Amino acid sequence: MNSSLLRQMRSTFFFALLGVVFMFAAPQVLQLFTIINLTTAIALAVLALSLALIWGYGGILCFGQVAFFGLGAYVYTISAINFGGSTWAVLMAVLVTSAFAAALGYFIFYGRVSDVYLGVITLTVTLIFFSLIRRTSGPEYKIGNALLGGFNGVSSPPINLPWDSGSFLFPEHVFYVAMAVLILCYVFVGWLVNTKFGRVCVAIRENELRAELLGYDTRLYKLGIFTIGAGIAALGGVLFCNGVGRITPDVFSLYNAALTIIWVIVGGRGTLIGPIGATFALFYLTSALGGQSLLNNNLVLGIILIIFVLLVPKGVAPTVVDWIASRRKKTPRRARRRRGARAEGME
Amino acid sequence: MTRQRGDVVVETRGLCMHFGGVRAVDEVDFTLFDRELRCLIGPNGAGKSTFFKCLTGQLTPTAGDVMIRGQAMTGAEPFEIASLGVGIKTQVPNVFDGLSAEENIWISARRWHDDRRARTLTAETIERLRLGDIRRTQLGRLAHGQRQWVELGMVVAAEPWLVLLDEPAAGMTHEETYRTAELIEEINKTAALIVVEHDMQFIRMISRQVTLFHEGGILMEDTMDAISADKRAREVYLGHRA
Ligand SMILES: Nc1ncnc2c1ncn2[C@@H]1O[C@H](COP(=O)(O)OP(=O)(O)O)[C@@H](O)[C@H]1O
Ligand SMILES: [Mg+2]
Repeated sequence: MNSSLLRQMRSTFFFALLGVVFMFAAPQVLQLFTIINLTTAIALAVLALSLALIWGYGGILCFGQVAFFGLGAYVYTISAINFGGSTWAVLMAVLVTSAFAAALGYFIFYGRVSDVYLGVITLTVTLIFFSLIRRTSGPEYKIGNALLGGFNGVSSPPINLPWDSGSFLFPEHVFYVAMAVLILCYVFVGWLVNTKFGRVCVAIRENELRAELLGYDTRLYKLGIFTIGAGIAALGGVLFCNGVGRITPDVFSLYNAALTIIWVIVGGRGTLIGPIGATFALFYLTSALGGQSLLNNNLVLGIILIIFVLLVPKGVAPTVVDWIASRRKKTPRRARRRRGARAEGME
Repeated sequence: MTRQRGDVVVETRGLCMHFGGVRAVDEVDFTLFDRELRCLIGPNGAGKSTFFKCLTGQLTPTAGDVMIRGQAMTGAEPFEIASLGVGIKTQVPNVFDGLSAEENIWISARRWHDDRRARTLTAETIERLRLGDIRRTQLGRLAHGQRQWVELGMVVAAEPWLVLLDEPAAGMTHEETYRTAELIEEINKTAALIVVEHDMQFIRMISRQVTLFHEGGILMEDTMDAISADKRAREVYLGHRA
C-alpha cells in the first residue's frame, strides 16, 4: 500500500476505529435486548454498504439489492442445516449469491441493458423470489434436510466457532461477529474504491462512453463491482438470519427493496459511512414508531424520503462534507481580503 | 513489427452507415497513412461525425469494412479500438464531470501504466497543457473550452499512435484554438491524426491533406489550397459558409 492510498483512507480508518470502540463498549453499557436488536441493524447496515458501493460508486441503481441479501440468508440457513455447521455455510452463502449475481449481471451488462431496465430487472428478480419461496410450504419443498417452510420461513442455525460445530454462539457473541463483519466490509470497500478498479468504476459512473474510449471494458468493471456488492449483501443476509433467528420470504418484499434505496439516498451516494449511519438511524426510528399507533411507519418513511429528495438531495454525509469544505475555503479567503484591505490602507 | 512512415494505419472500404433511408455515410473508401495529419471537412450533416463514430466503434456500420493497421475492426467495441492505442475525442465533450482534472487524466494514463508511471504522466500532461490552476477542480465547474482541453489531455496522456478528434476547437476562444493547433502539430510528431473540423481558420493553421465530405461521401481529397480553389468544393462548402 502506498502512502497516498493510506491518506485517502484516513477517514475510513477513523470510522472503523469508532466502530471498534463501539463494538467493545456497547455490550458493557447496553442491555442484552438492545444488543440483539443491534445485530439486526448491523446486518442491514452491511446491506446498505453493499448498495452504497454499487450505486454510490458504481452508478448501478440496483432496485433488488435485497434479493442478494435474502438469497445469502437462505443459502446460509439451508447449508448450515445440511452441513451441521456454519463455517462452510457462510462461504456457500457468499459464493452462491456472487455466482448468481455474476450470471444475472452478465446478461444485464453484456447485453447492454439500459439503467432503467436494470432497475426493473433486479426488482423483478426480487419479487420472483418473494412469490416463489412463499409457495414452498409443503413437505415436498425440501433441500437436503432443510424444509423451506413457505411464508413461515426456516429457522436459521446460529453461527458456531469455526473449529467446533457444537459451540454455538450466544446472541451477545453474534453481536461481536456482526460488528467485526461490518467493520471489515467497510474497510474493504473503503480500500476497494481507492484502487484502480474502484477509481475506474467511479469514472464509468461519471461517463461510461468516455471510459470505453479510454480503452476500459466497462462491462467487465460493472460486472465486477455488481458481483462484489452481491457477495457483501449476502454476508449481511447471513448476519440478519442470525440476528433474527429465522429467515422468511418477507425479506424479499417490495418494502425492503425500497428501504435499501432510502438508506442510501438519506445517507448520501458517493460515501460509505452515510448509508451505514442512515440505516442505524432509520432502524431506530422505525422501531420507535413501531411501539405506537399514531403514525404509520410507511407514511413516516415516505415523508423522510420526500424531504431528502427535495431538501437534501445529496444525502447527509456529502452535504456535511461540502459544508466543512466551504467553511475551510471561506476562512482563508476572508483573511486574505482583510490583509488586502490593510495593504490598501497603508498606501 | 516496426512501424514506418508510409504504412496504412486506417483504411475503410465501401463503408456505409444508413439510418433507415438516411445515407449518413455511403460507400466511403478512405486511407490514412502513418504520421499523417488529415482534416475532415464538410457542411453540417455531411456525415463526418457518423464516419468518425464508425471508426471509433460507437456505431456498427451497415456495410463495408474498417481496418486499423491492417486489422479488421468493423463492429468492434469502442474499448477494443482504444485498446489498440487510439486516442479519441468526440464532438460532444465526454469527460468525467464529477472528478478533478487530475483524476480525469490519471484514469487515462492508468489504462496503460502502473500507478507510479501514471502519476508521472499525469503531472507531465498537466504541465504540458498548462492545466495547473484547475488540476483539483471538478470538471463540471469548468468552462466548455477548459473541459475540451482536459479531454485533449486525456487523449495525450495515453500516448496514442493514432488520434481521432471530432471538432476539437469547437467552443474554444481564439487563444485556446491557437494552442489546440499547436498541440495537434506536437501530437503529430509521434502519431497520425484525423481531425474533423468546421473552423476554416483552424484548418488552415494545421492542415496538409484535407478530405471534403458531402452528403455521406468523399467529394474531394487534396490540399486546402486546392480545395479552396475548386469551384465545386466552394459551392458545397466554402460558399455555403460565406
Ligand atoms: N443516429 C442517427 N439516426 C438518424 N440519422 C442520423 C443519426 N446520426 C446522424 N444522422 C444523420 O446523418 C447525417 C450526418 O450527420 P453527422 O454525421 O452528424 O454530420 P456532420 O458531423 O458532418 O455534421 C445527418 O443528416 C444526420 O441527421
Ligand atoms: Mg459532426
